[in-house]
Amino acid sequence: MKLKSNIPEGRLEAKWTKYRSTLPLVSPANKKKLDIIIVGTGLAGASAAASLAEMGYNIKSFCFQDSPRRAHSIAAQGGINAAKNYQNDGDSIYRLFYDTIKGGDYRSREANVYRLAEVSGNIIDQCVAQGVPFAREYGGTLDNRSFGGVQVSRTFYARGQTGQQLLLGAYSALSRQISKGQVKMYSKHEMLDLVVVDGKAKGIITRNLVNGKIERFSANAVVLATGGYGNVYYLSTNAMGSNTTAIWKAYKKGAAIANPCFTQIHPTCIPVSGKYQSKLTLMSESLRNDGRIWVPKKKNDSRNPNEIPEDERDYYLERRYPAFGNLVPRDIASRAAKERCDAGYGIGETGQAVYLDFRDAIKEFGEDTVRAKYGNLFDMYNKITDDDPYKTPMKIYPAVHYTMGGLWVDYNLMTTIPGLFAIGECNFSDHGANRLGASALMQGLADGYFVLPYTIGPYLSNEINSEKIDINHEAFVESEKSVKQNLSNFLTNEGTSTVESLHKKLGDIMWNYCGMARNKQGLLKALEEIKNLKKEYKEQIIVPGSSKELNLELEKAWRVEDFIGLGEVMINDALSREESCGGHFREEHQSEEGEALRNDDEFTFVSAWEYNGEKDPKLHKEQLNYENIKLTQRSYK
Amino acid sequence: MKRIKLNVNVWRQSSNEDVGKFVKYTLSDLNSHMSFLEMLDVLNEKLIEEGNNPISFEHDCREGICGSCSMMINGEPHGPQKATTACQLHLFNFRDGDEVYVEPWRAKPFPIIKDLVVDRSSFDRIIQSGGYVSVNTGSAPDGNAIPIPQKDAKLAFDAAACIGCGACVASCKNASASLFVSAKIAQLAILPQGNPERKSRVINMINQMEEEGFGHCTNTGNCEAQCPKEISISNIEKMNQEYIKANL
Ligand SMILES: Cc1cc2nc3c(=O)[nH]c(=O)nc-3n(C[C@H](O)[C@H](O)[C@H](O)COP(=O)(O)OP(=O)(O)OC[C@H]3O[C@@H](n4cnc5c(N)ncnc54)[C@H](O)[C@@H]3O)c2cc1C
Ligand code: FES
Repeated sequence: MKLKSNIPEGRLEAKWTKYRSTLPLVSPANKKKLDIIIVGTGLAGASAAASLAEMGYNIKSFCFQDSPRRAHSIAAQGGINAAKNYQNDGDSIYRLFYDTIKGGDYRSREANVYRLAEVSGNIIDQCVAQGVPFAREYGGTLDNRSFGGVQVSRTFYARGQTGQQLLLGAYSALSRQISKGQVKMYSKHEMLDLVVVDGKAKGIITRNLVNGKIERFSANAVVLATGGYGNVYYLSTNAMGSNTTAIWKAYKKGAAIANPCFTQIHPTCIPVSGKYQSKLTLMSESLRNDGRIWVPKKKNDSRNPNEIPEDERDYYLERRYPAFGNLVPRDIASRAAKERCDAGYGIGETGQAVYLDFRDAIKEFGEDTVRAKYGNLFDMYNKITDDDPYKTPMKIYPAVHYTMGGLWVDYNLMTTIPGLFAIGECNFSDHGANRLGASALMQGLADGYFVLPYTIGPYLSNEINSEKIDINHEAFVESEKSVKQNLSNFLTNEGTSTVESLHKKLGDIMWNYCGMARNKQGLLKALEEIKNLKKEYKEQIIVPGSSKELNLELEKAWRVEDFIGLGEVMINDALSREESCGGHFREEHQSEEGEALRNDDEFTFVSAWEYNGEKDPKLHKEQLNYENIKLTQRSYK
Repeated sequence: MKRIKLNVNVWRQSSNEDVGKFVKYTLSDLNSHMSFLEMLDVLNEKLIEEGNNPISFEHDCREGICGSCSMMINGEPHGPQKATTACQLHLFNFRDGDEVYVEPWRAKPFPIIKDLVVDRSSFDRIIQSGGYVSVNTGSAPDGNAIPIPQKDAKLAFDAAACIGCGACVASCKNASASLFVSAKIAQLAILPQGNPERKSRVINMINQMEEEGFGHCTNTGNCEAQCPKEISISNIEKMNQEYIKANL
């Protein structure tokens, strides 16, 4: 396997413009002859499908929900970044580029990130034109807010529902193309395999989730926009259906997975309340602007928080990071909470929580001001916990939120399989080892609206003369056979363990050994446990019902099987990266004060893992070259 | 935290052709902090372990925003709590020993697929008939080129907050989709971006709604009362005005 990033020559600032203007084009007459499969209808998939259809390609679009509008992107709350400098506070493309590289702890490609910053402004224009109701100032211009890790105000938002509004915008553009017949929409269709013919991606196998029918689809190119794999941890803030199946199948057919162990753990989520817990709820990062995070100074202090006097509280972020206080980046805030809880200072029934307290903000600004700013979040908290955050501090704990890793792609967003592209959260590009808040929405829409529609051109311009692949080709027949076999294995297995119970087991392994802090010994133990789990899964799982009907347990069964496979690659990745960077904290590599220590001399590369059958995956390295930015150790003290 | 017992009566129906019936399940020792859907998860685990088929129900985000979850709980869409989806409903809203009835949305344009799952693709087709602004990627002017008064942006947002769950239809004695359709029409009628296609949009979307078999609005107001996102019924008024204007 060769990793060729295909970054264009030239000055950083000129690369994209020049490259875009010299790309081979596909004529309108030829576009009509070309079919593209796009799996996923989140921000990345829906925007790509709409844009490519507008250009004249024939699109087949897939999602597993009952409507493309329900993709997980809908749940994003806080906002979307763009270097518009509407606030006249000194923002620029370069600054957004710099913040993103630094926030990612220097583990992403300069050229990709610069391009992202460059197109960010167009995204806002496009969304406004679609009728996305962004927040506005009194004068009618667009409003901005600030987000963690940066010093400018560049986040555009639509109340606490930015993802919803952006997705509905992309969904409306998609719907327009569906009505024109340029996109054929397949909802409730889950991709269960990728079909590769003569080394090129040529189609997919899907299961119709309503009637169980297995179908074959062929195309000139396949685009995956299938989102993140945070649910490998069982508990995360991701939607319940978010999964790794599409990228896992691509991996098994030859697409490399890059930096899979780079996981973002968000510091402010509602803590786990019991064994029945099915998912975790995020409380927006914006709360850290006014809320103060603390734990009691005494271990196992069970007093009511309001009765704990000031000098018996440990505001540990303010203590450890006086310069940034409660506003340190996500990875640092999360680790600090874990450190306190592990040391026995955690609060609540489980001891796995810390306080986020608005007492002082309410005292200073009044309850009404706090209500105006955070009212909807406080209400949500109250709905879930039955506690009133105006009267008693919130309880929070970090939770898995986002996966920076994903399919390796080159500058064109093409994977190591020619003709297979990956966009949005399911690729690894742009965020390095830690993503900044409000940058995932930006990346998804950049990929879909403004990058892929151009960068897919060079590949497709060579496809014009290639023969149409018939779905009766033996590669399709083979693929379909193996999918059917797999489903039938699940259904005929006579085990006693539910899919859910084994998914929880996987989640425990991943969270305990490959979560917020990792070490060699733990990771080796995790490898062993996951191997056992694989075996247990094969032998013990029980899946009721048949494959010819809506069968939610069967859906879970293949998703969890793929999560177990991916988990193993993640652990290998975490084990091989002997440094701490961003969301990846190796306990062996920390300073005396417990801060992460990068090892730039040996690890300034992207880890790309190649499937190697039953043997351990094979590591390939893409060296990262920093020509414009000087690498420094992040400090927030 | 409290422990409670519930008698949960769930509508079981294997397909649209099947007749379907309520089946009663007794669940004791439930943690009151559990969400309603987590209670169904617990029940499903039990059913599978006992060799039975679990209950099919739609859900994804479990945060009240994707609009997947859709069930009548004690005769009300999404259950008893105001402005709350089924996935956001927690058991502390129930009392120990309560009898609970769970059913699918009932409306002709939402045929039942299985148990609590219905087919809502009619909503997608209504949006496809005109619920968009025709603007191609790349052709947009600068975001600040069209100033929009804060008040209008807010009104447009209020309408755009619809999650497309179908509770309005399920709550309506006529199975009308007017609240859903009017929310989109109002959003795009308030904003200048929606202006050029204003007339064709309202005509096409209303025609499509009728074609799908949704009933007419008779102003009962149940939809507004039951909407988990509190979409205002004034949108329907706005839609009607738009429709009259479009036909002038
Ligand atoms: C609670 C929460 C809040 C967030 N808030 C923010 C925020 O404020 N700002 C920000 O920038 N980011 C935020 N994020 C991150 C951001 O929402 C996601 O990274 C982003 O939306 C991912 O978009 P996507 O298009 O890549 O994938 P998704 O939106 O996850 O879409 C995946 C699509 O793929 C389909 N799919 C998946 N697998 C298959 C398969 N096998 N077959 C067929 N279809 C399949 C699904 O049906 C779906 O349509 C948040 C995330 C969470 C969890
Ligand atoms: S599951 Fe998404 S709204 Fe209930």
